[in-house]
Amino acid sequence: MNSIPDVLGALLVFAGTAFAVLGTVGLLRFPDPMSRLHALTKADGTGLGLCVAGLSLIARDVSAAMLMILLWLGVMLSGATAAHLVARRLLARQESAGGN
Amino acid sequence: MLAVSLALGLVRLSRGPDVMDRLAAAQLVGTVGVAILLILAEVTGDASLRLVALLFALLGAVTVATFLRVTLVETGTASK
Repeated sequence: MNSIPDVLGALLVFAGTAFAVLGTVGLLRFPDPMSRLHALTKADGTGLGLCVAGLSLIARDVSAAMLMILLWLGVMLSGATAAHLVARRLLARQESAGGN
Repeated sequence: MLAVSLALGLVRLSRGPDVMDRLAAAQLVGTVGVAILLILAEVTGDASLRLVALLFALLGAVTVATFLRVTLVETGTASK
């Protein structure tokens, strides 16, 4: 029960959840939309990545681990794309609001 | 702990000053939901919850893309 992979996995999952909570705090407290976006993407990628790594260690099941890694890659891809799109919209709006 | 994150994300979602903040918070809530589902799959031993999480992740991507598309059309800057 208390084998090394289990402990390591639990630690990783805990670190992942901590990242998620900190990222959410950043999302709540940062002053402007750009830095909020920054906090969000870091929390997203790292938090979920750590959770997936820990759960893969605990699961000891190759197909489950592969499924979770695939899921994580998908989230990374969509998260990066979405952040870029949102940032571009913000920049475009700043330009149009800036006078000319 | 993840539930705390989810709750805070919902707070930002409900009173975000800007549409973009709401969108970003929605994405965070989606990802945290995925993490919760994965942990739940491990705790309960129900492997199909992982598939649900995968579906959540895919839908999150589609949501953001669609939402941005709609706002582009609404504000009339679609030629960017």
